[in-house]
Amino acid sequence: MSPTDLFQPLLMKIEQVIEETPDVRTLRLAFADERQGREFTFRTGQFGEYSVFGEGECTFCIASPPTRNGFIECTFRKAGRVTTALAGLEPGETIGFRGPYGNIFPIQDWERKNLLFIAGGIALPPMRSVIWNVLDLRDRYGDITIVYGARTVADLVYKRELAEWAARPDIKLVTTVDPGGETPDWKGEIGFVPAVLDKAAPASRDTIAVVCGPPVMIKFTFPVLARLGLAPKSIFTTLENRMKCGVGKCGRCNTGKYFVCKDGPVFTLAQLQGMPQEY
Amino acid sequence: MESEKRSIERGALSRLVEQWLSQGKRVLAPMHSGDKVDFAWVTSLDDVSLDHVQTVQSPKTAVFPRVEELFSFRSADGRVEVRERDLGALPEIVVLGLRPCDAAAMAALGAIFNWDAPDRLFSARLARTTLVTIACSRADEHCFCTSVGGGPGAVAGSDILLTDMGQGAYLAEIVSAKGREAARAAGPLFAPAPGMDKESRLATVAKAFSPDAIAAALERMFDAGGFWEEQSRRCVGCGACAYVCPTCACFDIQDEGGISGQRLRCWDSCGFGLFTLHTSGHNPRWLQSQRWRQRLMHKFAYMPERQQALGCVGCGRCSRACPVDMNILEHLRAVAEAKP
Repeated sequence: MSPTDLFQPLLMKIEQVIEETPDVRTLRLAFADERQGREFTFRTGQFGEYSVFGEGECTFCIASPPTRNGFIECTFRKAGRVTTALAGLEPGETIGFRGPYGNIFPIQDWERKNLLFIAGGIALPPMRSVIWNVLDLRDRYGDITIVYGARTVADLVYKRELAEWAARPDIKLVTTVDPGGETPDWKGEIGFVPAVLDKAAPASRDTIAVVCGPPVMIKFTFPVLARLGLAPKSIFTTLENRMKCGVGKCGRCNTGKYFVCKDGPVFTLAQLQGMPQEY
Repeated sequence: MESEKRSIERGALSRLVEQWLSQGKRVLAPMHSGDKVDFAWVTSLDDVSLDHVQTVQSPKTAVFPRVEELFSFRSADGRVEVRERDLGALPEIVVLGLRPCDAAAMAALGAIFNWDAPDRLFSARLARTTLVTIACSRADEHCFCTSVGGGPGAVAGSDILLTDMGQGAYLAEIVSAKGREAARAAGPLFAPAPGMDKESRLATVAKAFSPDAIAAALERMFDAGGFWEEQSRRCVGCGACAYVCPTCACFDIQDEGGISGQRLRCWDSCGFGLFTLHTSGHNPRWLQSQRWRQRLMHKFAYMPERQQALGCVGCGRCSRACPVDMNILEHLRAVAEAKP
């Protein structure tokens, strides 16, 4: 039976734990109650509140696509109390999940367009759902380019999938690490994401860009996209602000009058330009 | 619907309190505590202060306790059992002697808790709470209910509104269905109220500003950094304003009790630096001035637009409680006069 209370989580069993980097984990989760699993639906871009009972809740985007049923995945860096507890869990253990919350990437509006995904570091996980979603519907979209950078090779997440994407002829993948972050056998680019993006010169006509990363990366990426000719309404990002409730009540994720949890987390650059910078 | 007018003598009110208690209801009312008056659980009308202007804290604890359990959980052998909160076990509460501003605050709290998805716990508490308000015969320099849609004798939000008519007699306006039920249950304790007119008994509270003008000014002031810095220079970020506020509803969620414990909802404040701090160290509101701006914007600009409710009822508690004498009326006046 589904809980009737907003704040009561559904129970999920950890099916698989993947160590992406020494401090980043991906959990594959399945609903403990099969009926809840069958009834659960979400759309790409939405997020959830994940809880370790006795430690608390934390907020991550659902990192798996809605095109893959029977489980959801989340990827997080071990940083605070709850993520440290989550990182210590093993397959078979139970956690709580509330969601899905928030708005979506409007991928139906993007059909037949070229797609450009630009991510930095731990910001690939909130974009992985939409990337796999469009890849699972590959024939509906034009060129797909993914530019992904991290500080060091060790900090790149989803290494198996990066290899899979690199091998696909229908995706252009550019990976880069910051100068000094390379290893002797590194075959990708060396440099910061905005410069690498400039050099990669992706298709820019009828193109939608999705950008997510640390503030400094975003700041220098927007001008590159402007030079490529992308309009602010064609550039999407997903915001993260500290949240507790996820449902527009606890009062901390707002940026001006907008709730990241209700009006977001997905915003276009055009929307951000009309919002106070409080994120 | 026009309020039904009855009257009740002090002695009968005392018996009514006894009746509520004997029915298992909890009675929350203003009580003297040292040189202050604050809400407390009372056991007799003799405990209740009837001569103060305003309590230190608001009675919001009746519907939104400082700490409350959302649900409990038990973990054993890798299995977790979540136990939903039994809303039927929540106490029946009568709040006696709250002010009309406090009664009006319930609508603002409801707007926050229920604006999008209904908050069952809040709504269940409110449904089990009866508000027996006492109109204000006195006000002080911090009161400004009339500027935010209220008044010293306003009935909105109350179930029953009492007005002290002198000589131990109260006019009782039966405002809501819950109030009619309470009056019916009280039987002959309520008497007819021939020719009672409360107007002459009410305090006078001058109108200080127009909330629409404040909202319009705030609309243009988000980026007026210097203004907010100057206005908040004294603020120590203690959060007292939020804790005493009858409409502040920002909350935290925390677990307590280890693997077999409870998930708790606790009062929080946008005045605290930790409120918006990300784990990464980034903080979208890293300055106290940004947090002060958030407080005013939330109550006077964001809530009216998003929840169609003002986040302020003019009780003046924040001004009275502030340890560095920040006076909300002066700050609102500065907003109205600012030239951004």
